Amino acid sequence: MLPVIGIGSSPKRKEDARFVRGRGTYVADIKRPNMLTGVFLRSEHAHAIIKSIDVSAAMAQPGVHGVYTGEDMKADNVGGLPVGWGITGKDGEPMKEPPHPPIALGKVRYVGDAVAFIVAETDEQARAAAELIEVDYEVLPAVVGLVDALKPGAPAVYDEVENNLCCDWHLGDGSAVEAAFQNAAHVASIELVNNRLIGNPLEPRAAIGEFEFATGQYTLWTTSQFPHVVRLLMGEMVLHIPQHKLRVVAPDVGGGFGVKQFHYAEEAVVTWAAGKLGRPVKWVCQRSEGFVSDAHGRDHVTEAELALDEDGKFLAMRVKTLANMGAYLSTFGPNIPTNLYAPLLSGVYVIPSIYCEVKCVFTNTVPVDAYRGAGRPEATFVVERLVDMAAREMGIDKIEIRRRNMIEREAYPYQTPMLVEYDSGDPRGCLERAEVLADVAGFEERRLEAASRGKYLGLGISTYVEACGLAPSRMAGQLGARGGLYESATVRVHPSGAVTVLIGTHNHGQGHETTFAQIVSEHLGVPFEDISVVFGDTDRVQFGMGTYGSRSLVVGGAALAKANDKVILKGRKIAAHQFEAALDDVIFEKGEFSVAGTDKKKSFVEIAGAAYVPFDYPLETLEPGLEEQAFYDPINFTYPGGAHFAEVEIDPETGIVALKRYSAVDDVGTIINPMIVEGQLQGGIAQGIGQALFEHGVYDQTSGQLLAGSFMDYCMPRADNLPNFAIEPHSTTCTHTPMGVKGCGECGTIGSPAAIISAVVDALKPFGVSHVDMPATPNHIWNIIRNSSARIAAE
Amino acid sequence: MKISFVLNGRPTTVEAEPSTLLSDLIREDLSLTGTHVGCDTSQCGACVIHLNGDSVKSCSVLAVAAEGAEVRTVESLSGLADELHPMQQAFRDNHGLQCGFCTPGMLMAALDLVKHNPDPEEAEIREWLEGNICRCTGYQNIVKSVIAGAAAMRQTS
Amino acid sequence: MKAFAYHRPDSVNAAVALSSANENASVLAGGMTLVPTMKQRLATPDHIIDLSGIAGLMGVSMDGGTLVIGALTRHSDVAASALVIEKIPALAALAGRIGDQQVRNRGTIGGSIANNDPAADYPAAVLALGADIVTDRRSIPADEFFVDMFETALEPGEIVTSVRFPLPDSAAYCKFGNPASRYALAGVFVVKTGGTVRVAVTGAAPAVFRASDIEAALTESFTASALERISIDASGLMSDIHADSEYRAQLVMVMARRAVTMASNPG
Repeated sequence: MLPVIGIGSSPKRKEDARFVRGRGTYVADIKRPNMLTGVFLRSEHAHAIIKSIDVSAAMAQPGVHGVYTGEDMKADNVGGLPVGWGITGKDGEPMKEPPHPPIALGKVRYVGDAVAFIVAETDEQARAAAELIEVDYEVLPAVVGLVDALKPGAPAVYDEVENNLCCDWHLGDGSAVEAAFQNAAHVASIELVNNRLIGNPLEPRAAIGEFEFATGQYTLWTTSQFPHVVRLLMGEMVLHIPQHKLRVVAPDVGGGFGVKQFHYAEEAVVTWAAGKLGRPVKWVCQRSEGFVSDAHGRDHVTEAELALDEDGKFLAMRVKTLANMGAYLSTFGPNIPTNLYAPLLSGVYVIPSIYCEVKCVFTNTVPVDAYRGAGRPEATFVVERLVDMAAREMGIDKIEIRRRNMIEREAYPYQTPMLVEYDSGDPRGCLERAEVLADVAGFEERRLEAASRGKYLGLGISTYVEACGLAPSRMAGQLGARGGLYESATVRVHPSGAVTVLIGTHNHGQGHETTFAQIVSEHLGVPFEDISVVFGDTDRVQFGMGTYGSRSLVVGGAALAKANDKVILKGRKIAAHQFEAALDDVIFEKGEFSVAGTDKKKSFVEIAGAAYVPFDYPLETLEPGLEEQAFYDPINFTYPGGAHFAEVEIDPETGIVALKRYSAVDDVGTIINPMIVEGQLQGGIAQGIGQALFEHGVYDQTSGQLLAGSFMDYCMPRADNLPNFAIEPHSTTCTHTPMGVKGCGECGTIGSPAAIISAVVDALKPFGVSHVDMPATPNHIWNIIRNSSARIAAE
Repeated sequence: MKISFVLNGRPTTVEAEPSTLLSDLIREDLSLTGTHVGCDTSQCGACVIHLNGDSVKSCSVLAVAAEGAEVRTVESLSGLADELHPMQQAFRDNHGLQCGFCTPGMLMAALDLVKHNPDPEEAEIREWLEGNICRCTGYQNIVKSVIAGAAAMRQTS
Repeated sequence: MKAFAYHRPDSVNAAVALSSANENASVLAGGMTLVPTMKQRLATPDHIIDLSGIAGLMGVSMDGGTLVIGALTRHSDVAASALVIEKIPALAALAGRIGDQQVRNRGTIGGSIANNDPAADYPAAVLALGADIVTDRRSIPADEFFVDMFETALEPGEIVTSVRFPLPDSAAYCKFGNPASRYALAGVFVVKTGGTVRVAVTGAAPAVFRASDIEAALTESFTASALERISIDASGLMSDIHADSEYRAQLVMVMARRAVTMASNPG
């Protein structure tokens, strides 16, 4: 018999059998019979009134089947793209939520805003036709920067939104914070920018819409992290297609990182156009098009202060953040810099009171939404930069000041002043282990060696905690979610005893086919090879919220565990019937059903078979079949955390920052597959390093053109930019998830930017530098060194 | 125009516009979708294939360049039911991939490296892969995979 | 990509004739710039004249004391050429760091210099080494060849056939790459031949140029320290999101010093 491979093992990934052969099926790989190609004409202006659009020349081109504008969609009663969370301002007023038509209506608001959709037999025909569309624009002044957008007289992204302010939100006890600051021995303060990022999963987005006239059935193939949610939002609110007449399939998806967890305009447009034309319509995003149409991430400007007593103990924190929403609210846009940000400002520390204000601001830029970490890297960066700043100003070692303020393991569950209650954790344990892994003790020797070569070595630290496993529905509802965020799983046991799992999360690199199979193998004793996992198809999987916010294992895995429990119970009922024993006497262990105290036993396979060939079942109490479904709604978030150390070497002549060492100790709770978890951490850390050293979605502040609009100008981390990372788990068990899991997808991205910048600042200590904004590019660092040297020389 | 070449060991003749890219010819006309397209500026390397034994970015090469040439794509490395090529096996064993999108290009680039140096070291591998972007892995396990794959290839050869 | 008529002549003369006879024709060598540009519809030639069918434009040889590289010789072949490594190792090293391996497996020396991208590497070598660019009709000294950004002394329809490099006593190339694209933000090729020093800079300005102050200082003393007190005027240099002109000026000096050190201590 094939082996059971359960929790804690690292089997080779099931999905790799197709991926290493190049046999995955991504949306761009799919061809449907009679398929047409669609391309978007996008605005080259950041802000302009559309006075008229003349599509007649384009329509007359050979091969062209349709040219559609926002007016055409409006005439068809197509709705705007909905927002999944509504936040409420300080004043009790709901956020401003202007309509978001799938194709611009009347006005374009960012470079890349869709203006028309052209459908033709071939891509070349569609592109040639697009060039013939005449759009008469009245160009308006644009606003890009957060601070600029709030200034009186700034260009108005929406006439009806005063000062471009979407929402002025807050959390925390402002008066307690004021009082604490009055009594502080020291106040550390910082102003910082969290740089705009472009997620760039390697597979560009793509979508195919299909429509069957005879049945009224629509199908959308899309590069989505949450096909069921797309079906719900697009079907109910945008295109008004009944749910049973709309199938959404997200097959193999080449990375997501949040970028693919929104309902995008293009999905609605191809589906609608397929309905108009009665032929499948495919759109494949080009990378440079993705730069101006994939939602961006981060983009905050923050002022923060930390009050401390004379011993360096934290008393209170005050944070004011401006958060860029871009030109329209994306699906989760307003939720990210508020609900996923402010509640994490306590970090791993005891901070008696915290107050945070966030102004969400419209600008003439691509909409901003979740990108791996989503709000939590921003919070961690604020907290950790402030702590570094305080340590430096008070003359306390930066590791020591963290030790002094950490929440002790015994203090869990720990209620922060910012809504959330951490269930478990051991920040000190993570820190101590990370110090060893990073060889902090040997740093000084390495620093001197680098100095002998004329280089500056710096050691940086970051601790972090995150809230993930989105989301406890009750809490989410209180925070403005317009729907709960549970997950569902079905365990279908076949007559042979093999198992198909149908789950509502989506696998786009995380190895779910493997991890979820391990959970079933562990719980049901079914051989790993006999389990397959189905996801990403609304016609096959009952329902699901998808994959984001490190939720798949935490929420989806829990639903699966719950369904496994139901299968076992049902199996025991069948066994009890077969053994003619009482249900309470039937036990299930190691893949076998037996009657306690007897030698009566039946294997899982035997019971599975019996379930489908029933004889004389007590039909009132026992149905044939062995298939169970569970919906799981967590009672709390989970709180992974950890401690990271970075070591960088700076060449003062060129300003280049070379990352020499990176060490991370993370508490992700119970680990199902150590290989996959380490891979998630490695990838997450690399993306965080990308934010800290390389990546920046730079806009021209006047024209609103995206200057970093391709891989030629947006710097993606490459193999030769990174060292190997030293990663170790230091897990405490989550107290409220069925298997004690916490999630691991975002840890690396959350912990690493602050560690890197801490190291860069440490390296630049001789130049009197106290903070460096991200990304720490060579030019940026060289400027800092030059200006500081000049200042020091002048003093 | 007619383009004749040897694709994955099989003589092939196709009719294509001169403006067809080699990546499109392979993916669209010949339905070998293992070769991926991840960018439009020749940076990402998801489309790397072998043209006359050398790794090239097929999104930046006209299909006509294949005339008379030998073209190999990721699909040539192992048959449907066959065992994996040692480099494919190494990527699987060492968790050298997550979403799988960059993987075909990584494999084809890595094999060109091994052709030049059967026993590459970490720094050389990282440098060699500068034209292949992976967004998922942080490259650590890709490097590990290439080292392991090269070692396995040395043993089998 | 916009449709075009495709020509694959088998001789240079035929290529020149096609190029002269057709309006809006582009010559295709390795295509590493042209194809991506056409893909993005930034270039829409009506005719493509593919040089790959012409024999004799590929390869490396010595002609007396001159190293001759055929225009269609790929970067990877120059990098791996035992002859180039022996005669001008700095040139082989430069070729081995252009773009990435896949670009080097397609891109050609003729294509690179005819394109004259301001951030390309080869123009620095060609100019610093004082090479001659041989075309279908004449030989052009490097000093006259590179005119301005993407502009050369080539006449319409004129096709580069080879590049002839005199052998230096010592040479080295040092570049600082754009973090995103990996093209040169500043690349400095330093050559010493007898008492003459030639220094060419790429990536920093709208076109490759000779840095006369650096040359003068190095003629005095071919050492990195001879450059300590020199700076280069930033006003003519480019600024973009990766490097402002002041920073480029700094990089030019740093790369120059490092190149001199490398040239002085080969291997």
